[in-house]
Amino acid sequence: MTETAGPDRVRSAEQIGLSAREAAAPPAPEGQKDSPRNAASWAKKVERLEVDPRQGVRGTNVVGRRLTGPVQGFGKMWQKSYRMKAGTQVTPEQAIATWKEHFPEFWPKGNRFSGALTGINPGDVALLDLAIGGGVKLSTGVFVLYADAESFTLMTPQGHMFAGWITFSAEREGPEDGGETTVQALVLMRANDPLYEIGMMLGGHRKEDKFWAATLTALGRRLGLADPKVETKTTCVDSKRQWRHANNIWHNSAIRSVFQTFSRKQAT
Amino acid sequence: MSAPAITMDVRRIGDEVAVVDIKGEVTAACEPVLMSAYEAASDGKTTRLVLNFAGLEYMNSGGIGMLVTLLVRANRQRQQLAAFGLSDHYREIFELTRLDEAITIFDSEESAVAGAGSAR
Repeated sequence: MTETAGPDRVRSAEQIGLSAREAAAPPAPEGQKDSPRNAASWAKKVERLEVDPRQGVRGTNVVGRRLTGPVQGFGKMWQKSYRMKAGTQVTPEQAIATWKEHFPEFWPKGNRFSGALTGINPGDVALLDLAIGGGVKLSTGVFVLYADAESFTLMTPQGHMFAGWITFSAEREGPEDGGETTVQALVLMRANDPLYEIGMMLGGHRKEDKFWAATLTALGRRLGLADPKVETKTTCVDSKRQWRHANNIWHNSAIRSVFQTFSRKQAT
Repeated sequence: MSAPAITMDVRRIGDEVAVVDIKGEVTAACEPVLMSAYEAASDGKTTRLVLNFAGLEYMNSGGIGMLVTLLVRANRQRQQLAAFGLSDHYREIFELTRLDEAITIFDSEESAVAGAGSAR
C-alpha cells in the first residue's frame, strides 16, 4: 500500500450505508443460532501468522510468528489511552471508516504500514517498517483481531516491541456532555522482552506517546478539525515483570532487523 | 456512554471458591460491574474464581482487555481464574488471544470448581 492522499472529506452516514449496529451485528444464519451477533467481527483462530510479500516494506519477522497478548509479555503492564474530540459533525462510524480506510496515511513520517488491499478486516496481517534510528527500520507486523463499524483492534506478534492490543474506537458522548464524537487509541501492553523493557524506560514510552498523538492529530485533520488536541493518559496496570517470559528476546525483531539491515547492506 | 447491558451475580461454593454468573454483554463499559463482582467474590479466603459465561450474549475486544485487567488483580491476590460455559466461538477467541493460557477453560461448572478433569 502506498502513501497516497485520500479524499478530503469523510463519507456521510448515508454513503456508508449501514448503521453501526447493522454493520456490527449481522443476523446469525439459520443453523448457527449459537453464533453471537458480532461473530464476523472477530478474526478466525490462527496458530502462526502467514502473509504474502508486499511492496514497500521489508516484511521480515512476521511469517511463522505466534500472536502475543499481555499475558505473554515480559515487562510492566500499561494501559495508555490517546483521546481526541472530533466535534459533533462527525459520527463515530464516519470516524472509524476514515481511520480504517486511510490508516497508513496517518502514521508519522518514516514509518510504513502495509495492510491488505481491502482495508482493515478481521484476520488481516499488516507489515510494518518502523524507524528506530541509526538508519535501521524495525520490521514487524500486526494482526487485525477485531473490526466492526465503531472499533478495530490490532494484536502484535512475537518479536514486536510489545505484546498486547491496540484498540481504535469512536463513540458519541451524551447530550449532557456536549454530544461530541470522541476517537481513541487504547493500548494494553507489556514490553515483549527485557531489552524492549529497557528501551521503553529509556524513552520508548515517550516515543510511543508521540507516535499515537501524531497519528490522532493526522486523523483529526482529515476529519476536518482545525486544531486537533490529543489527551494522553497512562496507567500502570501491573508493576510486576513476568520473568518467565524473558526468553521472548529470542524473537526480538529489533535485534533481527539490525542484522537484516547490515547483511542487506553487505550484500549490495 | 450507555449503561452496560450486563449482570454479574456471585455465588460462593465453600470457603475458597466463588462463581461469577455473567449474563449479557461483556465490553469495556462493564468494567465497574465486573470489578464490583470481583470485590464481592474476594473476601480474603477466595483462592479460585470461576467465571460462568453460559449467559454471555456478546463480547468485543474491549471485553477481552477487561478480562486481562481482572486477571492481573486476581494474580495479585494469588487467586486462580477459571472459566466454563463458553460457546465454541468464544472458546476460539480465548485461544486466539491466548487468554486461555492464563484463564483455564473447563467444560462444566463441576470441573471448573474442582480445577481438574476436563480442562481443554
